Amino acid sequence: MSVTCTAEDLVVALRAVSAAVVDHGDELTELDRAIGDADHGENMRRGFLAVAAKVDSPGQTTPAAVLKAVGTTLISTVGGASGPLYGTAFLRAATSLADVSEVDGVAVAAALRAALGGVVARGRAEVGDKTMVDALAPAADAAATAAEGGGDVPAVLAAAAEAAERGAESTKPLVARKGRASYLGERSAGHLDPGARSTALVLRALATAAGAR
Amino acid sequence: MKKIINDPSTVVVEAMRGLAAAHGDLLRVHEDPAYVARVDAPRRGKVAVVSGGGSGHEPLHGGFVGLGMLDAACPGAVFTSPTPDQVQAAVAAVHGGAGVLLLVKNYTGDVLNFETAAELIGAEGIDVRTVVIDDDVAVKDSTYTAGRRGVGGTVLLEKIVGAAAERGDDLAACEALARRVVAGVRSLGVALTACTVPHLGEPTFTLAEDEMEIGIGIHGEPGRARAPLEPADGIVRRLVAGVVEDLPFAEGDRVLLFTNSMGGTPLVELYLAHGIAERLLAERGVRVERRLVGPYVTSLEMQGMSVTLLRLDDELTELWDAPVRTPALRWGA
Repeated sequence: MSVTCTAEDLVVALRAVSAAVVDHGDELTELDRAIGDADHGENMRRGFLAVAAKVDSPGQTTPAAVLKAVGTTLISTVGGASGPLYGTAFLRAATSLADVSEVDGVAVAAALRAALGGVVARGRAEVGDKTMVDALAPAADAAATAAEGGGDVPAVLAAAAEAAERGAESTKPLVARKGRASYLGERSAGHLDPGARSTALVLRALATAAGAR
Repeated sequence: MKKIINDPSTVVVEAMRGLAAAHGDLLRVHEDPAYVARVDAPRRGKVAVVSGGGSGHEPLHGGFVGLGMLDAACPGAVFTSPTPDQVQAAVAAVHGGAGVLLLVKNYTGDVLNFETAAELIGAEGIDVRTVVIDDDVAVKDSTYTAGRRGVGGTVLLEKIVGAAAERGDDLAACEALARRVVAGVRSLGVALTACTVPHLGEPTFTLAEDEMEIGIGIHGEPGRARAPLEPADGIVRRLVAGVVEDLPFAEGDRVLLFTNSMGGTPLVELYLAHGIAERLLAERGVRVERRLVGPYVTSLEMQGMSVTLLRLDDELTELWDAPVRTPALRWGA
């Protein structure tokens, strides 16, 4: 079993993320139709198809370089709020990894913490606002705990994915305070937040790919 | 869904080609990244006024590119904000050395993408300012929402600021003027039907035959409240009251009244509604000195309308009257 993650591993995992986003595009759009404007699945699909094409081209030799390419690709293809938010998350994660050629569990946890910092800074959302932060924040916490306990990359990502899924579920009763769903006020309660759901999807796909190696 | 399209994924670019074919004397289009630019841009020494937003609101924003209004517009996918690289490319194409003013409708996605673009443009040494318009009184402006949306007032903002840039106002003056317009404009809309986004194929929400949605946005998102459908008098009364009482507009105020169709409401109904709005404002002593009536900020084929009021003074009136030559607004030039 692999304990760390190279640029090559990351590319394989990102192809799996792209496939997962494409597979779940309709589900994301349905969630967004309920409390938003029904474009999240389509935007994410467009962005992650571009990501899959981008990471297939050579040139990114470190995990950070791969993540940076993902971030810039998402910013220029997704549109909506998700483009800058996901793009910033990947760019901040890239920065936190610096130039190392292999990352371990501790580095992955730090990258998730940095990604969360970027999303919060750009979107100005907090836990409980019914946004992707409700999935990403517990994921970063769980990843840190797993890494402190000596977890390797698959273990840290598995912990993050599980926490993100629980976090996404937790958005259901919430009243949205950020993003387009906030226009609905009380009517936004009773629905999963599409951004929290897609965050959980991305982390689950990364965890599954890491665990399969 | 019945639409005159080939493929949902090519709707925006095909529409841009048509826009260029129809108005090649006024504008040119660039497909990747997508933007619409004034044909004679860049204009040396003139502040470049750039806007953009999701497609599906036509003629907003591409239909307002031309003399006396926008230098460039960036169309996103339908109901999706454009991306930062589009804004960057548009600015590079039209920047005339006197700075850039970005006019952005207040939606989380638009604000984030334009904010990212502004950082990148600023890093290139270009003086860039951003003014966000949030004229929709239907949304509670509080820390518990993303804030009020930018809707009908956007057209008035683009016209007035575009005229100021055209007469040679500098960037600081254009920005201050834009903030003054934003402070004095309010809108409220109603929908009788939902609309269908091409790649979805079905309406984003449903309204029964005898229902209407008050406080509708322009992206097929539901509004503030659902109510039984009323005759035009009742509908327009709600819209005018919502707008007037928000700012509030007072007796003796001079205003521009903009009666807008959401795309599916025909002009015969729109003029009927406009007449009612004029009467109601007269009853309140609000003096309508300028008008705009038509489908200018639409939500695809949605049936519905919005009422926008802008408080006028001599300068704003003069800038509204100034020459404009764009696909959708044209007078004096």
